Amino acid sequence: MSYERLCETAEQECRDLEKYDGIIYTCGSTGCVSSGCQDVIQAITDCIASHDIAGRIKLIVTGCMGLCSLGPLVRIELKGREPVLFKQIDSLTIRLIILEYVLQVFRQKDAFVFPYFLEQFVVPQDLPFFTEQKKIVLANTGKVDPARIQSYIAREGFMALVKVLSSMTPEALISEMAKSGLRGRSGAGFSTAAKWDIARKQQAAEKYIICNGDEGDPGAYIDRSLMESDPFSVIEGIIIAGFAVGAAKGWVFIRSEYALAASRIEQAIEQARDWKLLGNNILGTDFSFDCEVRLGAGTFVCGEETALIATMEGKRGTPSHRPPYPAVKGLWTMPTVINNVKTLANIPPIIRNGADWFRAIGTEGNSGTKVFSITGSALNSGLIEVPMGISLGRIVYHMAGVAETGTMVKAVQIGGPSGGILPPPFFDVKVEYESLRDLGIFIGSGGFIIIDQTVSLLDLLLYYLDFAVDESCGRCAACRIGSTQVLGVLKKIRKGRGTLDDLALLERLCMAMKNASLCGLGQAAANPVFSTLKYFPEEIEGYITTREVDTHER
Amino acid sequence: MKDKSTKICLKINHKSVEVVQGATILEAAIKARVNIPTLCKHPDLVATGACGICVVRVAGRSQLLRACCTPAEDGMDVVTNDPEIIATRRTVLELILSTHPNECLTCGRNGTCELQQLAEDFGIREKTLPALVSDVPKDCSTGAIVLDSRKCIKCGRCLTVCQEEQNVWALTFKNRGLSTLMTPAGDISLDDSPCVKCGQCSAHCPVGAIYEQDDTGRVWRALSDPGKFCIAQIAPSVRTSLGSAFGYPVGTNLVGQIYDALRKIGFKKVFDTNFGADVTVMEEASELVKRLEENEERLPLITTCCPSWVDYMEKFYSDMIPYFSSCKSPHAILGTLTKTYYAQKMGIDPSNIVVVSIMPCTSKKYEIRRNEYMAASGYFDVDISITSREFIRMIKQAGIIFSELDFLAVADSPLGDYSGAGTIFGASGGVMEATLRTAHYFMTGTEMPRMGLKEIQGLEGIKETSISIGSHELKVAVAHGLKNVEFIIEGVKNAIRNKAPLPYHFIEVMACPGGCVGGGGQPWPITNEIRIKRAQGLFKDDSMKKNRSSHENESIKELYKDFLGEPLGPRAMELLHNSYQVRDKYKR
Amino acid sequence: MAETKGRPGNPFAMENSAISEILGKWKNKQSPLLMTLHEIQKNRGYISRESTLEISEALDIPLARIYEVLTFNNYFKLSPPGDVVISVCTGTACHLKGSGQLLKKLEKVLGIHIGETTSDGRFHLQYVRCIGCCSLAPALVINGKVYSKVDPLQIKQILAEWQGEARESVDEL
Repeated sequence: MSYERLCETAEQECRDLEKYDGIIYTCGSTGCVSSGCQDVIQAITDCIASHDIAGRIKLIVTGCMGLCSLGPLVRIELKGREPVLFKQIDSLTIRLIILEYVLQVFRQKDAFVFPYFLEQFVVPQDLPFFTEQKKIVLANTGKVDPARIQSYIAREGFMALVKVLSSMTPEALISEMAKSGLRGRSGAGFSTAAKWDIARKQQAAEKYIICNGDEGDPGAYIDRSLMESDPFSVIEGIIIAGFAVGAAKGWVFIRSEYALAASRIEQAIEQARDWKLLGNNILGTDFSFDCEVRLGAGTFVCGEETALIATMEGKRGTPSHRPPYPAVKGLWTMPTVINNVKTLANIPPIIRNGADWFRAIGTEGNSGTKVFSITGSALNSGLIEVPMGISLGRIVYHMAGVAETGTMVKAVQIGGPSGGILPPPFFDVKVEYESLRDLGIFIGSGGFIIIDQTVSLLDLLLYYLDFAVDESCGRCAACRIGSTQVLGVLKKIRKGRGTLDDLALLERLCMAMKNASLCGLGQAAANPVFSTLKYFPEEIEGYITTREVDTHER
Repeated sequence: MKDKSTKICLKINHKSVEVVQGATILEAAIKARVNIPTLCKHPDLVATGACGICVVRVAGRSQLLRACCTPAEDGMDVVTNDPEIIATRRTVLELILSTHPNECLTCGRNGTCELQQLAEDFGIREKTLPALVSDVPKDCSTGAIVLDSRKCIKCGRCLTVCQEEQNVWALTFKNRGLSTLMTPAGDISLDDSPCVKCGQCSAHCPVGAIYEQDDTGRVWRALSDPGKFCIAQIAPSVRTSLGSAFGYPVGTNLVGQIYDALRKIGFKKVFDTNFGADVTVMEEASELVKRLEENEERLPLITTCCPSWVDYMEKFYSDMIPYFSSCKSPHAILGTLTKTYYAQKMGIDPSNIVVVSIMPCTSKKYEIRRNEYMAASGYFDVDISITSREFIRMIKQAGIIFSELDFLAVADSPLGDYSGAGTIFGASGGVMEATLRTAHYFMTGTEMPRMGLKEIQGLEGIKETSISIGSHELKVAVAHGLKNVEFIIEGVKNAIRNKAPLPYHFIEVMACPGGCVGGGGQPWPITNEIRIKRAQGLFKDDSMKKNRSSHENESIKELYKDFLGEPLGPRAMELLHNSYQVRDKYKR
Repeated sequence: MAETKGRPGNPFAMENSAISEILGKWKNKQSPLLMTLHEIQKNRGYISRESTLEISEALDIPLARIYEVLTFNNYFKLSPPGDVVISVCTGTACHLKGSGQLLKKLEKVLGIHIGETTSDGRFHLQYVRCIGCCSLAPALVINGKVYSKVDPLQIKQILAEWQGEARESVDEL
């Protein structure tokens, strides 16, 4: 494999697509699969055959297009016309669309007028949901064919790797990354370059890169979507990280629930090996690197770095004390860089476009973008990628399509079980690690839940604490017992049997969890309680003072 | 690499202290004479950070840090006590207590429990939280160790010891979160697991979750039976291990008081296992000499005084059975001789004799019934084996004021007379040296020129040396703590497989770190510091003995002359030797 | 439509050679334990004590460690589940959109609790933390097939797809 060969492939791929008068992109990710996209794909294939337009129109099954709630999604790009995104398609409507749109455009050319009866299936492209986005990591999702390396290469794939291997030293690469200001996208926000640099400076027989695809937040699916939709960019990111720290081996650790993501990554690794982009002497240099997939086993805490390492080592996935940090002493005691899927997917575009380009997006100290998975009471729910520094309100009212007027929105919950709950008066806060932290909110890995007035926040707290109890690894007392006792107090309050003393007890227990838990997950498990007590004290006190009795059983 | 000896300086409660790079905050605090309360941390084990009691505040850090596992850094400013830290510790303690049964009064650790001590220090006076005590039955299946998982605080010390230190892997944590359970792997009883009954789990347990099976009731019953002739024997290590329970400095030799106490408790005769050890030496040294001179393919000779080691070998290295010494352990030998030689001599019906062993060991409870050889004379060699912890309780129950006991009391003859070689059986390296002394004499007719082989004493996991005996250059190894066995045995196996020269000719193994002085039935606390002091007490006892070799013991000479005949002779083989069998690691 | 995973109806049907093959495949790789457990469970539906002993032998991992990992991770099953495994997603989005009611309905229709298998061995009911279909909440997965935006009223209809030979018994409910 060489630079020339990559360019050739890219040109060939573009020429191949140029031949067609149109391309139909169909989302084939888990979300749309569950909405029935496989029937749609079959119908399209049938239609192409029966209308004998195989030479004119091309079907590409892509990854996620973002607006999962309206799936199955189909985007049709015909020559000379604006792309049209169709929503909630089934095997009948797609036949109708091919008949009344694709074939009519082919026949009528410029005279074609979009039929009114298809309007109901069209997602307007000027929705703020789309226009406010700034796509870096999601740039390829919904556009490339995740099953074919050529499709990725055609979109500048592996050009970053070429640039790194042909013109950069590890030091230069790390300093470029430092200049870009990229921070870990799993939520903690540690500088990626700094992490790499620590590992690079270690003297060790081996070093490892682990791509953390153990997306734990039970309300976010960004990593799944990325691995399903653009697996090669993740792989490219891993290889570059390997070069930076001097590792020869990488691992992609994926949740066992993410079967499709795992198989897409496996497939991508195999293709990259076939194309000699993984293996010995990559691109003719003396840099060799390979990676393998390992599956988790449905345990939230395994997303924590040290617990992930324990799991990989074949032990119980309990976190251990840091320091030593994995970058110093990680997998099998070797220096190990653990980067989130989103972090790694950021790397190729940063290298291709330069640190300055990346730095210009977002705000000072918070460069780049943040991907959120918008769920809950949103009109438009799905994945969005926004520049850092955008206000919460802009996302809630503008992009998610929740009416600003009226009292529908009660709160936004960010950061999953470690995150916090914020009421509308604070919605002008910027999406930045520090700004949110100052409000007691952990930015997290991208869960963004819009909560309407019908939801009892105490019930939501019960949910999160139940989660904490269930997912506590049991290693340290504060989390193992604390979470259960906090849940007990909350249940007591929910049943109308709480006293004001219980509020004090609640605070005391949560403080002990924060202070004396061993890992970040235990320390943060009480965050939802803290933020609810801070911003919505009435939601809890109400059950105590008015003795509101539990109407629905729990 | 950072230089390990680099010194760093930090402040603990405004007091400067200098420690080596890599030391933890806790170690720095100990050096600065500042007390940080701990619970899950054991002085000899790597910190697991499980409890969170030791949290401290470090200037510039928003999160409180665990002193036990956070490395001290140069210039660090540590505060170990402020109202928030104390409140946090207290709440954590309350949380732990909410999962702990309220059974202090009936608990084996009443008075020695580390959790109880903390509850006292923090003045916990009421239960503020609902109880979350799990409902798991006790596991008494081994007859040696009792697991009471309800009392477990999940510190993980027992697992670290069972898995990492002993390499047995009998205990695991099952499940996660609040359902985490300390238990044998895969819903089986401890007796069905690979457990070798060494009791190191119980030696390290901070609470009453693992403790010895209590057999004191059986002893009292035997003592109260007028038809029974009760005879006690005390193991070598017990004499220097009992002190801490009665306010003596660790390692004080209290053998006289112990003899006296046993008599006051009601034993008709008091013997010393050291005599049995002397017999063991006679037999084992003869075996060694025989193998060296006639039977080289059965080298190396491996010691078998330690029943946990025997059990471990039968389960994990059964292919090494031919190399084992066939000698029974000293207390079994003494038991046999009591019911044969002594009974004949005194005209007592052996069926009326009850031999009670006071042992440092939980495994001896298993050993006395492990196979038919343990009753070769027609009677059980030893009827009841109790640990030193049980013995301490018997002394207290009997209302004995220890300091009033006669420190000059002596054991009954002839099975109470012993040489220095017998007494050092209680510490790692002791069996080796004792046997070498006599083997040297057997082979050369002269005493071993150097006694007190420092290179095979102490807590180094594997100790090696070589000794010239006549024309033989004997390479020997001493291992203690079962994790250290693998290296030695694999080395031997490799040599045998490749027909290469043996790395060792004689190997001593003790399951417990430090040997019997650190046994699983010894008084708490058991730490390396304490193991060393107890061992020093034994080596001192040896060095002060006029007679330091088993073959010099007049009572031994008499025993062989009057009763046994030759070492390894027919009678000795019948009564004093043992056999081994392959055992499954998992009975199911 | 996503295909059901190719699990044999009889969990004991998998021959020892299949386990040996899995063990052979992973034996000399780094970090083999979890993947071995995954593949055996995929093949047999659960991990038997015999399998753990074989793994222990082949990979030279103490049984205790294997059980630690098995019982730590909810994903692994130590006894045979039903032929049809129903996993209800209880992620936050699904929770807010009523996964609790779905679970209750399933428990009622199947007559079992979470974590149990119907007496005929057909259906096993469990929950998962998040399958990443948050925008299509509430969701559930049956033998690998994802159902999204499920209404409790659809439950019987969905189960009917999977009842196979057990059709009558489900109809009665």
